[in-house]
Amino acid sequence: MVNISDFKKISDFEWEIPQNVHPDMKVPVRIFATRRLLEKVFDDESIQQAINSATLPGLVGRVLVMPDMHQGYGFPIGGVAATRYPEGVISPGGIGYDINCGVRLLSSNISFEQAEPFLDALANALDYYCPSGVGKGGHIKLSEKELDQVCTEGSRWASKKGYAQAHDLERTEEKGRMEGADPSAVSKRARQRGLDQIGTLGAGNHFLEVDLIEQVFDQSAATVMGLFEGNLAVQIHCGSRGFGHQICSDYVEEFQGAVKRYGIKLPDRELVCAPLTSPEGQRYLKAMRCAANYAFTNRQILTYYARRAFEEVLAGKVSNWELDQVYDIAHNMGKIEVHEINGEKIKVCVHRKGATRAFGPGNPEIPPEYQPIGQPVLVPGSMGTASWVLLGTEESMKRSFGSTCHGAGRMMSRSQAKKKIWGEDLRNQLQSRGIRIRAGSLSGLSEEAPEAYKDVDDVVQTVVGAGIARKVARLVPLIVVKG
Amino acid sequence: MIAKAGYQEIEHTADIALRIWAPSIPELLVQAAKGMFALCGIQGKKSSRRQRIFQINFSDHENLLVNFLSEVLYYVERDKLVLDRFQFTLHDHQMTVIASGYPILSIQKMIKAVTYHKLEIKTTENGFAAQIVFDV
Repeated sequence: MVNISDFKKISDFEWEIPQNVHPDMKVPVRIFATRRLLEKVFDDESIQQAINSATLPGLVGRVLVMPDMHQGYGFPIGGVAATRYPEGVISPGGIGYDINCGVRLLSSNISFEQAEPFLDALANALDYYCPSGVGKGGHIKLSEKELDQVCTEGSRWASKKGYAQAHDLERTEEKGRMEGADPSAVSKRARQRGLDQIGTLGAGNHFLEVDLIEQVFDQSAATVMGLFEGNLAVQIHCGSRGFGHQICSDYVEEFQGAVKRYGIKLPDRELVCAPLTSPEGQRYLKAMRCAANYAFTNRQILTYYARRAFEEVLAGKVSNWELDQVYDIAHNMGKIEVHEINGEKIKVCVHRKGATRAFGPGNPEIPPEYQPIGQPVLVPGSMGTASWVLLGTEESMKRSFGSTCHGAGRMMSRSQAKKKIWGEDLRNQLQSRGIRIRAGSLSGLSEEAPEAYKDVDDVVQTVVGAGIARKVARLVPLIVVKG
Repeated sequence: MIAKAGYQEIEHTADIALRIWAPSIPELLVQAAKGMFALCGIQGKKSSRRQRIFQINFSDHENLLVNFLSEVLYYVERDKLVLDRFQFTLHDHQMTVIASGYPILSIQKMIKAVTYHKLEIKTTENGFAAQIVFDV
């Protein structure tokens, strides 16, 4: 059992677990946290999970953990691990079941004053057009051929079908399409689950929010991103739905045998992995990229329907009801990237599980208009609290494989939250603060109560203090649509 | 007095988890399915029973448990069916399951996946026990 005395304090915002804490660790673990946030995570198994993750073969640098960390299964949520390419391994559990779960942010020129009389109608329209909750299908049913196209083309498929606007794709991580996706690596069952779930939010912590841009911290960067204080913005948080969940389950199952074949010993079966160049590893990469493209398309279609809801409710009532894409990021993903480690440029497979890519200024992977400022990072808070727009920095490139936090991070179990908080009380409380809630389930609502999460402002303060992100704007919710 | 077979929800920060126990492996599978459906808040509509027959290939008991739960979860999503009666026939590393249940009337929570996290089926004085974590 590790305790805080085993940690080496690097700064007020960084702590290191040395490699010698466990004989099987291949690299140290670096945690971005204040002492207060760090002490909180000793209540669950996140620290042990981070140490377990550090035993994967082929790791380079350090396993990193973000301040929104909490217990997951196998990897901790908030974990970043890079394995050397091609000698290292890929671990589906290090990416998660919801492959390419991510966040999209849309800006508007609609002021709160203009929109306020129509917010109830807007909440109803968004609730109708953007289905959420358990078992809800979408407005679009894919044919088998279309599913193949979604897998290989991602958001380009949505664009060809008229579901995208001019620069939506340019302002999406990977331009909404990962190369190297191959539907032949996807099981029949995953395909079947993918046919009718596109254009849906799902349940759990996924949501669509209309926010008010409450405060801008970096005027010039916010202007480039089209974010102005007092205006409305929209966040969409969801992933690859049952399609991605099934792909991850299929490969966690297949890799149970692969670890035996390749003689890989691990402390937890959920960490199963396969060499990146092995037939199993290659097939997983191809399937994972199909799920990533599915998730990009999912958020693109939800964007189309969010725009339709805005038009239906606000056309003729406000002067400009358009929603302009700011950016779309993934926070559960495996990517082949080049990073500088100890002065050497190394090709690696970066696993981000509950961590956001945060590339710094000048990186060719980000849209030209954002190259002077860095990549936008979208950090949704817990329901009813603030969300943040941040930017990647040069420091994030040097110290965190171009990664930063992804949210507030849970600290209370779902069963505790349900015992402590009544869904109806919470809905009334949020509504009294002017937040319109459209939720499929009241128990689901109580599980996602703000008290169940860390303070997102503390989390953001930590990554900013550590230098692995900088602040642009703080958003507060007006409408929440969730399952 | 503790029942010979049962399930109990245990705390997990982000996901949901169950402790299950039973005198035999087949009964452990039944308790796991019951517990999982209870965590999902599933209500079945009492009507004529629907049957599903499926095969599970497995390498060990943990693998059997994950594959069995994943299969019954699949019928929840695809057929909106909650299976609550099971007959098991074992042949080496394959189990044939004849299951029946009811259409789902309502469901509170969907499970994304059944995980292997710290999954170990232990032998106890009264049979078998395990903890299982579900991604939600």
